[in-house]
Amino acid sequence: MSSTRMPKWADVLLVPLFSLLIAFAISALVILAIGEDPVEALVIMVRGSLGSTYGWGYTLYYTTNFLLTGLAVAIAFQARLFNIGGEGQALIGGLGVALVCLFIPWPNWWTAMIAAILASAAFGALWAAIPAFLQAKRGSHIVITTIMFNFIAASVMNYMLSHVLRPPTAMDPATARFDDVLRLPRLHDILGLVGIEFSRSGPANIMLFVALLFCGLAYMLMWRTRLGFEIRAFGQSEPAAHYAGISGVKIIMVAMLISGALAGTMAVNSVMGGPQRLVLNAVEGAGFIGIAVALMGRSHPIGIIAPALLFGFLYQGGGELAIETTIPREMIIVIQALVIMFTGALDNMVRQPLEAVFLRLRRRG
Amino acid sequence: MKLTRTFLGATATLALTAGVAWADPALIYDLGGKFDRSFNEAAFGGAQRWADETGGEYRDIEMQSEAQREQAIRRFAEAGYNPVVMTGFSMATPLETVAADYPDTNFVIIDGVVDLPNVRSVVFTEHEGSYLVGMMAAMASETGTVSFVGGMDIPLIRRFACGYAQGVVAANPEANVIVNYTGTTPAAWNDPVRGGEITSSQISQGSDVVFAAAGGTGVGVLQTAADAGILSIGVDSNQNHLHPGQVLTSMVKRVDNAVYEAFTAGEDLETGLVVMDLAAGGVGYALDDNNAELVTADMQEALDAASAAIASGETVVHDYMSDNTCPVSVE
Repeated sequence: MSSTRMPKWADVLLVPLFSLLIAFAISALVILAIGEDPVEALVIMVRGSLGSTYGWGYTLYYTTNFLLTGLAVAIAFQARLFNIGGEGQALIGGLGVALVCLFIPWPNWWTAMIAAILASAAFGALWAAIPAFLQAKRGSHIVITTIMFNFIAASVMNYMLSHVLRPPTAMDPATARFDDVLRLPRLHDILGLVGIEFSRSGPANIMLFVALLFCGLAYMLMWRTRLGFEIRAFGQSEPAAHYAGISGVKIIMVAMLISGALAGTMAVNSVMGGPQRLVLNAVEGAGFIGIAVALMGRSHPIGIIAPALLFGFLYQGGGELAIETTIPREMIIVIQALVIMFTGALDNMVRQPLEAVFLRLRRRG
Repeated sequence: MKLTRTFLGATATLALTAGVAWADPALIYDLGGKFDRSFNEAAFGGAQRWADETGGEYRDIEMQSEAQREQAIRRFAEAGYNPVVMTGFSMATPLETVAADYPDTNFVIIDGVVDLPNVRSVVFTEHEGSYLVGMMAAMASETGTVSFVGGMDIPLIRRFACGYAQGVVAANPEANVIVNYTGTTPAAWNDPVRGGEITSSQISQGSDVVFAAAGGTGVGVLQTAADAGILSIGVDSNQNHLHPGQVLTSMVKRVDNAVYEAFTAGEDLETGLVVMDLAAGGVGYALDDNNAELVTADMQEALDAASAAIASGETVVHDYMSDNTCPVSVE
């Protein structure tokens, strides 16, 4: 493996850093090509996302989304299952959140939050269960089925929001606003307890800490339990896992159910923590960005935290760029795509030259 | 902890200096986009007119997804823009939350109503304008069948359809009105292909005048009508120039005036409900060189009489949104 040719710190830090620098350099060229100043663009992005507690409030809100969807993809990928359906699983998870929040009179926010987490996880897991079953029992490729399920989920949400959950007098295809009691504590409220001033506006909320807790729990699961070992063993070599008595059907089902459940819980943040009602397209592509986050974090539950923050920054900074300059929002998607391409797909382009450098250094030493 | 405080203090100063020193107005276009040749473009036209006349500057942004609405409003309010103007009823719910957090900023919502002290809600009497173009459609039709293509199937668009049908029946009690909607989600505002398909189907049912109240989708309706050689009626902006001689008229909704007035009033904007009706010039039909030959003297006479009657209150056009029913069958 690569770690024998390169020290571990270089593998974990240098490779993504160089990939990122290349991606940003090419983005700068593209921004130059459309006649804008790349330095100014970077300044606007940094200031808009990290330069105020208002910006942080949004950056960390998006980070929470990407932590959960990234974790979902990472867990499935440990079993070598490429779950592209995070988007659909999160959409359906949102339905679970809305049903729990609209139809049950909760006494306070935390009971509602726990119920919403459980409901969204159940809905997300259910949405992942069908592709998982088809893969485990029928060999239908999980990439194809999960991506198809994204479209089905979008149609289901269209129907539910425009025909079933829309209040009769409203014109917008969205549910009614949840009760004020169900408002999740935001960073403004939480940090206020320890005397830190934080903008009231940013929607980052307690789900950020829940997401980080889930990262820790996922690490424990993958590296400290028998189930985690079985999932990783299955991912490394299916025949070897089979020979060791590990059931492939069970691992595929369990890994995908966990993955779908995590993607589903993302909706607690984007529905209950954000607008406090379910709107169309509540996921906003976070399911797909989760793939990039997991790739960049090497599918490690702790490793995905930094890339989730990076994409939170790109997302919020990109929105600011669209307002402050004439750089179109589509440009931000190009920059994100470049980051994904260099950190995920073109990994070896950076890794191999770096390995060569380290080999040469070692020979000299 | 101390370090965090210094850090946060520094960022707070940065945030303040990042805002604008004086209050420029800002404009938010809803889904469908700035250049939809219809509703949002009318708003853009008003803002541009203000900028040209006063030399002032404004910021604008187009919505890309439903979930961004609240953030867009907050962003402008946070940066000190005043007033913040937005188009579309979908903005009403997010604005309710945001407006309460920024009591010193004035907001204007067009096509929606938010009952807060710092919000001006501008609504139009689309049924009155639609009634007039309905009369024109009935008088121009040779087959006695006219049609309507709505965008998203919501009470607001049904208000257009109902007003149109009332106008058609007023001019020709025997006439037949076909009504279709493009869809049930906001995607229906920007689907010209589907709009064209619906129009083709209506033409095959005998329609020879079609009224599109569908935002960007209407472009496809007008195109299909022009290709098939029947007349069409545009909406919101004056769309007569899109197919000269083939667009009977446009039901104009002076969204541009609403934006222009809000920008001109600036920070001293008066809030509350503003109803822009036919008498106030808020709605009407477009007459220009492109459709001069299509509008006969008889038509003009009938329209003038009807306009006067509506403005004086003698003729009351039923508003679908008042009771969610329509006195004329529109199926």
